[in-house]
Amino acid sequence: MLDYAKLLILGLVAVLAAIAAQYARDLPYMVHAVLVMLVAAGVFLWQLRRMGEPALPAPMDEYNDGPVRAATIATVFWGVVGFLAGTFIAFQLAFPQLNFDWAQPYGNFGRLRPLHTSAVIFAFGGNALLAASFYIVQRTTAARLWGGGLSWFVFWGYQLFIVLAATGYLLGATQSQEYAEPEWYVDLWLTVVWVAFLAVFVGTLIRRREPHIYVANWFLLSFIVTVAMLHVVNNLAIPVSVFGSRSVQVFSGVQNAMTQWWYGHNAVGFFLTAGFLGMMYYFIPKQAERPVYSYKLSIIHFWALIFLYIWAGPHHLHYTALPDWASTLGMVFSIILWMPSWGGMINGLMTLSGAWDKLRTDPVLRMMVTSVAFYGMSTFEGPMMSIRAVNSLSHYTDWTIGHVHSGALGWNGMITFGMLYYLVPKLWNRQALYSLRAVSWHYWLATIGIVLYASSMWVTGIMEGLMWREVDAQGFLVNSFADTVSAKFPMYVVRGLGGVLYLAGAIIMAYNLWMTVRKGAATRQAPAMAPAE
Amino acid sequence: MTDHKTDHHNDPTLQAGDPETTGHSWDGIKEFNNPLPRWWLWTFYACIVWGLGYTIAYPAWPLLKEATPGFLGYSTRANVVADIAEFDAMNVGLREALERVELTSVTPQDTPDLYNYAIQGGAATFRTWCAQCHGSGAAGVQAAGYPNLLDDDWLWGGSIEDIHYTVAHGIRNEDDPDARYSQMTAFEGMIPDEEITAVVHHVLAISGQEHDAGLAMAGAEVYSYNCASCHGEEGLGDRFLGAPNLTDAIWLYGGSPEKIEETVRYSRFGVMPNWTDRLSEAEIRSVALYVHSLGGGE
Repeated sequence: MLDYAKLLILGLVAVLAAIAAQYARDLPYMVHAVLVMLVAAGVFLWQLRRMGEPALPAPMDEYNDGPVRAATIATVFWGVVGFLAGTFIAFQLAFPQLNFDWAQPYGNFGRLRPLHTSAVIFAFGGNALLAASFYIVQRTTAARLWGGGLSWFVFWGYQLFIVLAATGYLLGATQSQEYAEPEWYVDLWLTVVWVAFLAVFVGTLIRRREPHIYVANWFLLSFIVTVAMLHVVNNLAIPVSVFGSRSVQVFSGVQNAMTQWWYGHNAVGFFLTAGFLGMMYYFIPKQAERPVYSYKLSIIHFWALIFLYIWAGPHHLHYTALPDWASTLGMVFSIILWMPSWGGMINGLMTLSGAWDKLRTDPVLRMMVTSVAFYGMSTFEGPMMSIRAVNSLSHYTDWTIGHVHSGALGWNGMITFGMLYYLVPKLWNRQALYSLRAVSWHYWLATIGIVLYASSMWVTGIMEGLMWREVDAQGFLVNSFADTVSAKFPMYVVRGLGGVLYLAGAIIMAYNLWMTVRKGAATRQAPAMAPAE
Repeated sequence: MTDHKTDHHNDPTLQAGDPETTGHSWDGIKEFNNPLPRWWLWTFYACIVWGLGYTIAYPAWPLLKEATPGFLGYSTRANVVADIAEFDAMNVGLREALERVELTSVTPQDTPDLYNYAIQGGAATFRTWCAQCHGSGAAGVQAAGYPNLLDDDWLWGGSIEDIHYTVAHGIRNEDDPDARYSQMTAFEGMIPDEEITAVVHHVLAISGQEHDAGLAMAGAEVYSYNCASCHGEEGLGDRFLGAPNLTDAIWLYGGSPEKIEETVRYSRFGVMPNWTDRLSEAEIRSVALYVHSLGGGE
């Protein structure tokens, strides 16, 4: 019965998409309608061929690691794509000739930039969080993923979202909300996928065979719930036509700006911080083989973090049309957020007490620890930059870009690499990684790449801020915008080189993981699923 | 919390001398029952206390009608106003000097301070009020007939006084009786179409462009009857009438045969507002000096 309903829905979607493609009012919409039609028709055929096959009951005493494996592969793939795009646009800024005439308008910096940010945050980071959520929630509840094939729907639905978003950017469809650029129908689709994600996660938690819920799951759940709320509110828009990609935001002016940065800041707070802390809380104790340092600290910093983060958004709008009072509150909450953020760093680092010697021999653990160090650095730098006086220098400069990247490359990237090195042998039943030397190479390339990136952006950012505010004796600005652009050129080249190193490390990782799966010696032991007590 | 003695023999993650754990275990992960680090807790408290103090000092808490203003009276808008007022007060001498001075005497050599004040202030005024038509780089927009101010081809004169007059009174507007004024005839219906074609070719010829020699020959006569009174026998234009020079490569509306024919048939009537009502004399003078300094000033 359910299979017939699926066929009906898929057939209907394919037909409606064909009609939408016929009436499309713009190119991105038409391409997307054709894409959706092909996907729906393909899944329809796949479903049709399986009709009547007896459904095997899911082995309830085994973990469902298929979607985890798929999300792991996707993480590596999108990571390399996203780093490549980032490195390319970094060189576009240094050498504008790379905005090739023949590639216009698709290869323009303006279109590739959201492609890069979405690829690394939502495609690389998002798939890493999918893999982590599905893996961790099963292990720490000793239960199989809830929802049967729903977790596969989440995985493939999320990939479709990524493809729709990425092609949309290249074709020029954007609603101009930073990190929320996809247009209305892509947003609606992501909402459906995200609700399914929440259902799988909560369903598994309810089914748990452990008496308590592990701290990693608190963070992962807060990430899933809050991102749903942020996504829905910031994407409230009215389509111009049901057959077109354009839409009009519900909020306008400073209200729109405030909603956007409430979203934007908490995309950092809940997607890139809470979600990845969930990852950290599982993989660091596992890799270090030591207990978590302090249960009390994890409770206090969890609640403090998720309560405080949600108010910090206005610090993105200092010295704008935003009223002073909102700007003050954003700054104050950001500074109070400093210690709750560091609670995660302390718990991560101190978990190594009694195991520090492992850093000498285990490059995977070294990667994880370095990521926590970068987390600590950027969660100090963030509150500092939220101070109005500091922000008056740093705002709109490359310092912000450097700050984001020391967090993204250092914290999110490195903890994800650590997770991948831990997970791949486990998921493919391999005894060990193909090459620890290659992990070391990856580690040093990535670390040096981040240092080049962050330090060059500090230099250009502060220089640019000082040049912008420089006035002569009569109060007139001394420098034009173009003066700062030419002054920044050498640092832009350094930043690009940092990107090359980081990308090279990721390619080495992809090769190493591939060889681990291809050549690694198999383990015999199947993952046992049992509650610990 | 019950005491959970650590069992060092059975759990490889535990070592001798470890603190007690909470007794939970998930997939082999345990948690120590360590207290909150003191320095962490006290720094957290200090941040909260500081935060509360800061919200009392600065505008912060939204109430029904407005937010609490904070006892320091801080306001970003008031700060901007104060900054602007400070520079205005500082430059008052320069502003007054600029209003009185002979414009030709303002040079980087003789009056460096006044020159800087005029050029920088003029540039700011230009970007605010003039860039909409003439472009932020002052290169104009040919498609719309907004003149390029960077070259040395001037319709109404390129001396500093001429530019000042144009900025002050504008061109062909109805608000200022002293606005510069002239009107070209629209020749459609006034003269036969063949003559229009012919005169276009004459203009192409005198401006050194590709043309039909026969038509241009005929056009010369049409030109001398109908056009020469304003544009001159040689086509060099007349600044008193704002009549453009037709022999150079610079065109207000475009120099292609189609564009020239469009101009001959329908005429043009470019308007510039007068600025005496909107800008102070010092601002008008500084913008005139700025435009004069862009490269084509005479």
